[in-house]
Amino acid sequence: MKPVLAVEDLTVTIGTRRGPAHAVAGVDWAVRPGETLALVGESGSGKSMSVLAATGLAPRTARVTGRVHLLGMELTGVTEERRRRLRGRHIGFVFQDPMTSLNPVLTVGRQVTEAAEEHLGLTRRAARSRAVELLDMVGIPSAGQRVDAYPHQFSGGMRQRVVIAMALACEPDLLIADEPTTALDVTTQAQIVELVGDLQRRLGTAVVWITHDLGVVAGIADTVAVMYGGRILEQGPVDAVFGTPSHPYTKALLAARPDPAAGSAELVTIAGAPPSPLDLPAGCAFWPRCPVRGDARCEHELPPLVPVSAGHQVRTFYPQPSDGERR
Amino acid sequence: MSERQRADDQLSAVGSADGTAHGGVPKQREPGEVVAELDDLAVWFPTPAGVVRAVDGVSLRVRRGETLGLVGESGSGKSTTGLALLRLVDPTSGTVRVGGEDVTRWSRRRLRALRRRVAMVFQDPQASLDPRLTIGASIAEPLIVHRLTDGGAARRRRVDELLDMVGLRGDLADRHPHELSGGQRQRVGIARALAGEPDLIVLDEPIASLDLSVQAQIMNLLRRLQRDLGLTYLFIAHDLAAVEHMSDRMAVMYLGRIVESGTPAQIWRDPAHPYTAALLSAVPVADPQAERERRRIILSGDIPSPVDPPGGCRFRTRCPQARPECAETDPVLAEIDPDHRAACLFAKEAVRAMRSA
Repeated sequence: MKPVLAVEDLTVTIGTRRGPAHAVAGVDWAVRPGETLALVGESGSGKSMSVLAATGLAPRTARVTGRVHLLGMELTGVTEERRRRLRGRHIGFVFQDPMTSLNPVLTVGRQVTEAAEEHLGLTRRAARSRAVELLDMVGIPSAGQRVDAYPHQFSGGMRQRVVIAMALACEPDLLIADEPTTALDVTTQAQIVELVGDLQRRLGTAVVWITHDLGVVAGIADTVAVMYGGRILEQGPVDAVFGTPSHPYTKALLAARPDPAAGSAELVTIAGAPPSPLDLPAGCAFWPRCPVRGDARCEHELPPLVPVSAGHQVRTFYPQPSDGERR
Repeated sequence: MSERQRADDQLSAVGSADGTAHGGVPKQREPGEVVAELDDLAVWFPTPAGVVRAVDGVSLRVRRGETLGLVGESGSGKSTTGLALLRLVDPTSGTVRVGGEDVTRWSRRRLRALRRRVAMVFQDPQASLDPRLTIGASIAEPLIVHRLTDGGAARRRRVDELLDMVGLRGDLADRHPHELSGGQRQRVGIARALAGEPDLIVLDEPIASLDLSVQAQIMNLLRRLQRDLGLTYLFIAHDLAAVEHMSDRMAVMYLGRIVESGTPAQIWRDPAHPYTAALLSAVPVADPQAERERRRIILSGDIPSPVDPPGGCRFRTRCPQARPECAETDPVLAEIDPDHRAACLFAKEAVRAMRSA
């Protein structure tokens, strides 16, 4: 199947007072219909910026290079107006804080279908009944009444449901979810994860889910890309990446979480902190913190992304053996 | 059952019932002695929407050298409980004891001494450090306020020592907070908390705003400091796996109350309260196979308003196993196994029913 959204060799450089920040330093990924791609990484890894830039939402000060295809259409080089239309018609967005997407002085009903009125040409009356339908679909109780309520009258979890309804109003081909559950409680997160999975199965929407939470990734993703220092260090089917993590960073990240089944031994740590996009190392971005640390080549030369198994690629000169092989 | 009895029940919930006397002389300390204690604490806040019952009948004890973990979602009252131990909020009723002394009604002036004995580490080290002060000056502040060092030279030596304890280089003393990473700033927050050699450190979401690779560093540091210095912690977090990892005993809060308490192993392997079981089932694990096979207990709705908590059991409006009796009786935190307590009329039984449903 052809990808819904594909980016090739994407870079994003942002001019700052302290020099250029290399937020995204060359990234390739694609997401197919009905599939969920998880972009996982720590703060400053470039996971959000790569998606914002791909959809034309990067800040004005950013310089974006590379190629982006939405449903086979080239998005780079088209006019802003055309890009806005394509984005509005084919992509829905859900961000971390629902209040950044909601207008506090409009009823949720108006907001849910605002985009649909423009992009699908719905009348006011049709829009209202569509709004009730959408609010009902995302599990808002008594949607018929709640459609006239304002955002502040909803809880955090319910607001995020409203934003999901808004994102799905135009029946988009792609849903972009940028840390959609990070601000929510874990029981509410479970509700939202379940809701998105359920809607995706029903509507066949492709999803790009940006998160720092490896547990969430394990539950939702078909494929995963682990980002660090503006690049993908490892990507592939979720079972391959979690089952046989081959980059020292992925391996260390998976080991750093406390595991209640494993008792209370000292946690595996990664020394230091992620690099600043203002000052990326010349070679492997992870080299200064790497437990393997390889050799001078790692320090000075950028490792290529090489395949380790079907669809599973890793950017290191020293792919890690799986625990099974080592024993 | 009277309020009094309920308070006694809750007390022993998170402390062994060895009858440690209150009001003892703080100088003579034995291992395992109670460092801080809340007895039927309520903290209510008046708001335009009504009285918010943030904490509504919480009793707990923290013993020397241990970590008591407090876990709960937003609105559970866990942070307010921590603030009450420092008297940073005023209790509406109940008592706060630190080192055997009842500090519930202490004046602002006397509280200054309390704040040396109970220190706090906050979630956001960026917000808790003064951006205009150097790191050294921030760490020296409690030393000056509590008159702990004589003169500048001794103070500088102590600042160096504290930086070293938390694994930071001495030359960072001249830097400002914005020049440090999030993890380094949290280390500074911990150094500040250590400055007064406190009897208890309240850690309120100390790792929540840190990157995953840095969270493990801070958890290991806290445990090493506890081992080396014999520190006592109240570890407050929404992250169940982190609380499980850090704690000797833990308590789960919901809507202003403790609903279950026990050892981390008891809570993790054998939860007795339906809320704990739902919370555990909602925590995602980094194992795709396990995630596909697991059956989540999805709670319906949201946490009710603390202005108007449900009568009877507070969890009954979301409990998949709620029965008519639950609306009538407010369940006490009762012992179900040694050192393991739950506030549920159908403790264990309801969890078994939920899991096989």
